[in-house]
Amino acid sequence: MDFFTYHDFTMYTKGAAYLLMAATLLGILGFWLFLTERDEDKLIK
Amino acid sequence: MSGEHAPSTPVAEERASLLTPFNIVTGLIVLVGLILTVLRFTKGLAGVTNLSDNNPWGIWISFDLLCGVALAAGGYTTSAACYVFGMKRYHAAVRPAILTAFLGYALVVFALHYDVGRPWRLPYPIFYSPGPTSVLFEVGLCVFLYLIVLFLEWTPSALEWLRQKRWRNLMVRMTLALTIFGVVLSTMHQSSLGALFLIAPSKLHPLWYSSYLPVFFFISSIAAGLSMVIFEGTLSHRYLHDKMDAHYLEGHDQVALGFGRGAAIVLVVYFFLKLVGLALDNNWHYLLTGYGAMYAVELLGFVALPALLYAVGVREKNLKVIRWAAVLTVLGIVLNRFNVSWFAFNWHLPAAERYFPSWMEVAVSLYIVTVGLLIFRFIATRMPIFHEHPDFKETEPEEEEPHEHEPRPHPQSFGH
Repeated sequence: MDFFTYHDFTMYTKGAAYLLMAATLLGILGFWLFLTERDEDKLIK
Repeated sequence: MSGEHAPSTPVAEERASLLTPFNIVTGLIVLVGLILTVLRFTKGLAGVTNLSDNNPWGIWISFDLLCGVALAAGGYTTSAACYVFGMKRYHAAVRPAILTAFLGYALVVFALHYDVGRPWRLPYPIFYSPGPTSVLFEVGLCVFLYLIVLFLEWTPSALEWLRQKRWRNLMVRMTLALTIFGVVLSTMHQSSLGALFLIAPSKLHPLWYSSYLPVFFFISSIAAGLSMVIFEGTLSHRYLHDKMDAHYLEGHDQVALGFGRGAAIVLVVYFFLKLVGLALDNNWHYLLTGYGAMYAVELLGFVALPALLYAVGVREKNLKVIRWAAVLTVLGIVLNRFNVSWFAFNWHLPAAERYFPSWMEVAVSLYIVTVGLLIFRFIATRMPIFHEHPDFKETEPEEEEPHEHEPRPHPQSFGH
């Protein structure tokens, strides 16, 4: 993708970063649920 | 040898056991290391290294310093978890972690002498000609102060061994202050090691160069510290089992589960932050190059995969999976520090001018790791590291009785 001004560049990269941050929040939430889902289970050595 | 849970070996048996494969191999490595030390300090850097004006930092910085500091992060993570966040169930892991960190930092300073030379000038940057505007000065000052903090945090073990009750009690009373000071110093210099590379945007490949390098270094050091505690605990459990008492063994599995959970979260956060770093610099197109493949291996194979393995291990309460995740994470941190300071550094240079270490540089690094291993073994077999000294017991009597290695019946209490 071509950028002709610094504004274009930051619009594009910041926009991508904000979308990614939203995905990060959802991803970490899902990961936490996956991580803690079976906390009652017993230990396997 | 002290402590009723750590039976001493008779002198005759000790003498007979001197010629073990371990002692022979480590003895040879130390011998070669000593010869190379003489060569280094008599013939200079050119006598033993492939360093040049283009590549003034080699494997001694990449491995001994950057990896050494990151992998010694178990000291501040464990003591912070136990004393600052009040997770007393990890108390058994504190002393081994502090000892590992203390030796790790001491060996970082020791290894730096090989790079810098003229060891008698070691105090100069702190006391004689400080450069307070330099990031490197901040790293040096923090490592200097943190080494003192780690030494003070380790002294209770030595003072118990020497039966210096009054001094030991004084040092124990300073634990919380030392821990807080240690966390502050670690936060500063772990991130500053990444900040060192901010000065070289044209030399470091864009996939690794980011204005968030200090954040990446700091967050990855937490994962490295947690993983090293699990990794080191696994090795100690295997080779120093007879030095461990019921209190340590009881807490061992809980430490793996709790730290595995923490490492999983930290790695996932680190993974997403790395992606955000890519997005902010719009470096996606580099992913389709050779360096992109290396970056993908680092990020997917040594960050995302161990995070997933940790999560599966914690979820299934499977310690084997957690231990493998710890190994992968430790290797991943080593790969990351190598990538930043070596593989992806000076990436514009033609292959003939790129740095590759001489066998003597590798041997010196191996020698330094071996020295650390020998000192760790010397201390752990003599001082109360994996067991409580009988004269200084702190655990409740009812916690002392069971000698079985079974974890507590409520694994959900392992969580944060």
